Amino acid sequence: MSILVDEAVNQSLVSTVKYTSKDFSSDQDVRWCPGCGDYSVLAQVQRILPELNYPKEKIVFISGIGCSSRFPYYMDTYGFHGIHGRATAIASGLKIARPDLMVWVATGDGDGLSIGGNHMIHVLRRNIDLNILLFNNQIYGLTKGQYSPTSEAGKITKSSPVGSVDMPFNPASLALGSGGTFVARSLDRDPKHMQTIIKRAAEHKGTSFVEIYQNCNVFNDGAFFQFTEKETKSDSVVFLEHGKPLVFGKDGDKGIKLDGFSPTVVSLKDGSHSTNDLLIHNEKDSTLAFILANMTYNAEMPRPVGIFLAIDRPRYEDEMEKQIDSAISKRGKGQLDKLLNGGDTWVIQ
Amino acid sequence: MEKETRVLDEVTIRFAGDSGDGMQLTGGQFTNTSAAMGNDLSTLPDYPAEIRAPIGTTYGVSGFQIHFGATEINTPGDHCDILVAMNAASLKVNLRSLQENGIIIVNTDGFGDKNLKLAGYSQSPLADGSLSKYQLFQVDITKLTNLALADLNLPQKTIDKTKNFFALGMMYWMFNRTLDNTNQWIIEKFGKKPELVEANSRVMKAGWNYAETTDVFAVKYEVKPAPLTPGKYRNINGNQAAALGLVAAAHQANLDLFLGTYPITPASDILHELATFKNFRVKTFQCEDEIAGITSAIGASFGGALAATTTSGPGLALKTEAMGLAVMVELPLVIINVQRGGPSTGLPTKTEQADLLQAIYGRNGESPIPVIAASTPSDCFTMAFEASRIALKYMTPVILLTDGYLGNGSEPWLLPQEKDLPSIAPKFRTDPENYMPYQRDDITLSREWAIPGTIGLEHRIGGLEKQDKTGNINYEPENHDLMVKLRAAKVERIANDIPLAKVDGPESGDILVVGWGGTYGTIKTAVERKLKEGKSVAHLHLKYINPMPKNVGEILSKYKYVLVPEINLGQLIKILREKFLVPAIGLNKVQGLPFRSVEIEEKIDSVLGGKL
Repeated sequence: MSILVDEAVNQSLVSTVKYTSKDFSSDQDVRWCPGCGDYSVLAQVQRILPELNYPKEKIVFISGIGCSSRFPYYMDTYGFHGIHGRATAIASGLKIARPDLMVWVATGDGDGLSIGGNHMIHVLRRNIDLNILLFNNQIYGLTKGQYSPTSEAGKITKSSPVGSVDMPFNPASLALGSGGTFVARSLDRDPKHMQTIIKRAAEHKGTSFVEIYQNCNVFNDGAFFQFTEKETKSDSVVFLEHGKPLVFGKDGDKGIKLDGFSPTVVSLKDGSHSTNDLLIHNEKDSTLAFILANMTYNAEMPRPVGIFLAIDRPRYEDEMEKQIDSAISKRGKGQLDKLLNGGDTWVIQ
Repeated sequence: MEKETRVLDEVTIRFAGDSGDGMQLTGGQFTNTSAAMGNDLSTLPDYPAEIRAPIGTTYGVSGFQIHFGATEINTPGDHCDILVAMNAASLKVNLRSLQENGIIIVNTDGFGDKNLKLAGYSQSPLADGSLSKYQLFQVDITKLTNLALADLNLPQKTIDKTKNFFALGMMYWMFNRTLDNTNQWIIEKFGKKPELVEANSRVMKAGWNYAETTDVFAVKYEVKPAPLTPGKYRNINGNQAAALGLVAAAHQANLDLFLGTYPITPASDILHELATFKNFRVKTFQCEDEIAGITSAIGASFGGALAATTTSGPGLALKTEAMGLAVMVELPLVIINVQRGGPSTGLPTKTEQADLLQAIYGRNGESPIPVIAASTPSDCFTMAFEASRIALKYMTPVILLTDGYLGNGSEPWLLPQEKDLPSIAPKFRTDPENYMPYQRDDITLSREWAIPGTIGLEHRIGGLEKQDKTGNINYEPENHDLMVKLRAAKVERIANDIPLAKVDGPESGDILVVGWGGTYGTIKTAVERKLKEGKSVAHLHLKYINPMPKNVGEILSKYKYVLVPEINLGQLIKILREKFLVPAIGLNKVQGLPFRSVEIEEKIDSVLGGKL
């Protein structure tokens, strides 16, 4: 880093305090609607950060515009509430300039996939070490209830009074297709699961993309209840766990096996199949990740939740630092006088 | 036979050919040799927008103009005295820039039936008398090049690529230039391929010999060295100069330079240049779009880098919202707009000055941004440095306007020394005691720069309105009013920190010509000629447009007329009229081309003659 940054951010002076979740609460009142799923995400992040043992002053939360994008104001870390869709681009610049920071992005289905869709796919392919939390409520909340790029086809909203004719994105597939190295999904109403996923995302080196199903109780109440509520959850969700067979259903009575490239649901109760027949999840297998992510809008299949993919690939900012180091070792540290006197010069006497 | 030598004060040559003919290289070599021989000069390349347009067509013509002299040279020349045309299309496109009685040197091989047809000639201009008012020299450059290389067994393609050196050799003969510089360059460039060193060098010598020994050319010319300030020079174009200015500023400020950008003509060369400075820890981030270019730079600035973004008109439009964000979060940021012809995609490779109002006013809300402009190619260095200085000191985005003419045009640059550069001393806040993100400095009104990683300064910023001092979100009417006024006052105070404006010419008189940006050299030339005629005329060139130097109003009041030439429909003039209530007169031309000095001279005459 530059001389001036080094002086300000003296490496020997990082704080070594043991944090509690309270240390990450800012003095600002949280202004989300009562009952909003965002509260859960905030609580889980504040719960996990102390476990990471990362100096608080080196943590930055960056957001765009939308309900979820108020997130940085509630964190007692460095924060930047940007403009609509650009959180990932602001975060990219910050992380490239300052690889020593832990940079988080709080975004939503509108901010991250609609107006900011372009930046999202490019940050994923570059694999910049950011932790992206995409709050997916399948609706535009802050603008009071228009359909979003993840709203289901036929969705009736203020801007689609007879039903939306848009096909929704499947965020996990989009992230995988963009070359994401860590792609996961979690649920606002499953705090334990979300904590596990957030921790894994923070620990992943490279872009972590975490889609969180988040209930908007004002404009899209119950959008995910099938996947989050006790009565339906176990039959509707399959949790992906590395190295384990895909089992779901009440009492684990169902499983998923591969039929060619197509996943199918089989019964573990009727004697036709055992867990040995089932697909074993491997979060290092990118082909499998696509197959699992594509179960998302398949009505025959349970909704996959968990880590689709977690693989290692060089990070953009590291590669850039390497080029800089190599240039310095080959050409020496840049000297301004030498630079200004470079090129084809001549002397007038 | 000893040939006659005539001494000239200044000459303008235009090299023109197909975009694959190497005209930029030829012009560049002639430039470097002339510079090394002590001439003052100014050059301008003229590229087609198409990369490899079909061979022989008019839209594939590439040109390079050099104006050099034994006196001070301020422009690439209104008209050329000599046109070197490698084919029919290049003659067709460039003839209009040639002086009456000027010299045309053509490669006759480029005037076959096919070439004539592609250029849209029904009959050969070489034979139909249409060029009778010029001095026409016909040389079969292609054939002579082939003959010169006959014994080397080179592929025809390679031979064809050397013919520009034949033309260069002839011009070196005509202007008494040494071949040494270019021979040296050929060795450096093609050192690993001895056959190419031999071929290029031999063809250039063949061109020189041809001119020397045949009777085709009876006269050669001499242009003596110009009385330049002693010192070390290099030839530099505006884009290179801007890049160096940013590196120099980051170096002086002890910061790393971060460039977030998206390629766009004619600004991309700043990115190309900066991408080579990795050993200065320069980080260039080629983004997915213009918006990511500026927003990534804002992110880097938040992290404590000297951050910049570079673009041209349409790209500046895309960055608009993010510029407003930079105004709101009050972080330093340098935005360089290398203006081109607009609106929309417009004329990507042509020059224009029509983004001034966009730069000053083109954002939602009250969104003040300092705007400065470079006036010559080498001035892009000074002004990129200055933009950085202002941005860092006042914690603000700064827009630097250059244009395609400055960006691509080049001139000799008296090299600055590191010790002569102004100091830039940004400071990061490190003391957590009583820290408030929007507490301001009493003099500059700038807030403090507190970067992530500093213990105890954790804070949040963003695009929502801030409460005075604390920086918390605040929607109260009085607070908004106060913050809008504080942001405006901060930019206004920069006027205390910039040099007063100075006129060239008498301090009062009949007419003041006020310009900004790339028209500097042209206006200067025009005003100097009128002064020599005894006219009462002066030149004021504004480098600081928002805010303006404090004495501009006073200067304007000292002349009977104020004339404002601009390559737009009248943008600076609107501001001058609004700010100073002067009945300024505009001279406006929007052809994608620089003014010619004579156009400004004519307007001066007509204003003085009472025709407004």
